[in-house]
Amino acid sequence: MQALYAQLLVGLINGSFYALLSLGLAVIFGMLNIINFAHGALYMMGAFVAYFLLNIGGISYWWALLLAPVIVGIFGMILERTMLQWLTGLDHLYGLLLTFGIALIVQGVFQNYFGSSGLPYSIPDQLKGGVNLGFMFLPIYRGWVVIFSLVVCLATWFLIEKTRLGAYLRAATENPTLVRAFGINVPRMITLTYGLGVGLAALAGVLSAPINQVRPLMGADLIIVVFAVVVIGGMGSIMGSIITGFALGVIEGLTKYFYPEASNTVVFVLMVLVLLVKPTGLTGRAA
Amino acid sequence: MTKSIASLLLGTALAVTTAGAAFAQDKAVKIGALSDQSGLYADLGGPGSTLAAQMAVEDSGLAAKGWKIDIISGDHQNKPDIGTAIARQWFDVDKVDIIVDVPNSGVALAVNNVVKEKNGVYINSGAATSDLTNAQCSPNTVHWTYDTYMLAHTTGQALVKAGGDTWFFLTADYAFGAALERDTTAVVTANGGKVVGGVKHPLNTPDFSSFLLQAQASKAKIIGLANAGGDTTNTIKQAAEFGIGKGGQKLAALLLFLTDVKAIGLETAQGLNFTETFYWDMNDQTRAFSKRFSEKMKNGAMPTMVQAGVYAGVRHYLKALEALGGNPHDGVKVVDKMKSMPTEDDLFGKGEIQPNGRTIHNAYLFEVKKPSESKGPWDFYKLVGTVPGDQAFTPLSESKCALLKK
Repeated sequence: MQALYAQLLVGLINGSFYALLSLGLAVIFGMLNIINFAHGALYMMGAFVAYFLLNIGGISYWWALLLAPVIVGIFGMILERTMLQWLTGLDHLYGLLLTFGIALIVQGVFQNYFGSSGLPYSIPDQLKGGVNLGFMFLPIYRGWVVIFSLVVCLATWFLIEKTRLGAYLRAATENPTLVRAFGINVPRMITLTYGLGVGLAALAGVLSAPINQVRPLMGADLIIVVFAVVVIGGMGSIMGSIITGFALGVIEGLTKYFYPEASNTVVFVLMVLVLLVKPTGLTGRAA
Repeated sequence: MTKSIASLLLGTALAVTTAGAAFAQDKAVKIGALSDQSGLYADLGGPGSTLAAQMAVEDSGLAAKGWKIDIISGDHQNKPDIGTAIARQWFDVDKVDIIVDVPNSGVALAVNNVVKEKNGVYINSGAATSDLTNAQCSPNTVHWTYDTYMLAHTTGQALVKAGGDTWFFLTADYAFGAALERDTTAVVTANGGKVVGGVKHPLNTPDFSSFLLQAQASKAKIIGLANAGGDTTNTIKQAAEFGIGKGGQKLAALLLFLTDVKAIGLETAQGLNFTETFYWDMNDQTRAFSKRFSEKMKNGAMPTMVQAGVYAGVRHYLKALEALGGNPHDGVKVVDKMKSMPTEDDLFGKGEIQPNGRTIHNAYLFEVKKPSESKGPWDFYKLVGTVPGDQAFTPLSESKCALLKK
């Protein structure tokens, strides 16, 4: 039983990454109608930016938490301005192909210069060590990841669902022409939204840098699972993607305990089941 | 009459040119470097292995003697079906004579069959499974550098003898992990130890915390890592995070490469014991080679033992071809010649290839240096001991290779 508690907690930690990443995807899909396949590459860039900030600029983890999302977010906004915006109104497939191509290029460039085994990034001194919870030894850093990402997820949900800005955003996706008639700069809002989604990916990247290697393929390995999470949760649903992210982390953690061989397929099995029973996803509404 | 003399001359001239062409054909060699070019094993093999093969060709000096040697490379993406498809295309369409490197035991065993079927030459340096020269040995195959038997009988044995008598395995769930776990378990039990449990994880797992908790709960003295590359670096890094090591349990990195240590960083990796058969900073020759190698790598990396094995293997292959006086395009014949010649090169020293295809050379026990002991960006290892080749690798008496029964 004690082992089970530990596995639940560990699952929650992985769930935080799924939640942060799928939230970014959901925001981008919900507001821009783009299936952002470059999300994994942008997550990886977040981790690399944190690494560069520390090793070249001597800038600590804490500043990286703020700076990396901003820097990568600006990169994302440049992508949106120069490329993605021309795809508005076209089939989803175009956005998917474009962002997939971008992901391959970005990964290729990083791999060319940094190899595939990655770079070390150590846990900040303030979060080193761990606490003994009785049933497990919890590294403080992992606890921090769960709490911090939960806060960020809820703040994003609040921003989009409960504030005036969020209302404009949602209205702009519903009927951009009408919202423009009210004097709101819709293209700029869309660019900023893409920047926000990308920033969330980069933030997840910074959070994961001390746990995993900072590797060019760290995002590619994760992004497929995250897409499954988004599909299960329902494309475009903010709260749905947060809850599904955490829940699937836990389910995956339990699988690692009871039948480890299946731990990287369990998410997809669930995806198939959900699609068979409720094709719009658990919380999704029909398009 | 004049006409017939002229045609006779023309005929002779033609005969000479065709003979010349056939002769030139005999000195043409095509090498295929098949590896994981972009995944978790790309740094330990990958583009560096292709470079090593190129350097071997340059250093052989055969180009000056009229040989024409081409190298092509391919990415098997750690998938046996892709690996065999590339190998078949290379033999059938591109007329490749020899395939080198091929990390990932699953792919390596699949390619082993293709090379045998096509009567090519196979010098494997990247894969670990000892089956390549044991149950699944082939007259076309030479296995350089290392294997799971060697890893088990060096690192594994040393740890059991030092008192690590209970083991828990974290095993990569494919041919390599299974072979390494099997060979290490044999050593552990033979030395009076016990395996108390284990968990099989999928290849390329980003998070090991679940598995590490299970290993922690097992209370085994040694947590044996039967995985490699990115999986090993992630395990070691996360084990440190979960305080494994402070609790008295010891990690056994059964297979660790130079690039893995670089990726983990000395801060976390210090004190790990493991075995390799090549390290760049062994002697003047290895340093000279590694410096040349590093200057040609995009990220300035030093060669791993796998890449060194590709270099040494290709050198020996070309020596055998030279001794044969030309390329017979007959894999078994070339491999037999390779086996009949003792191996000697700057990187592995003197050795031999056994009848089952296993290359025998020294193995070295290393310990990762403390950050304070490291003097440069690639100064990572302390030499702890040397195991002579005949003690490190499978004795012929234990080998189940069918080639030995002739």
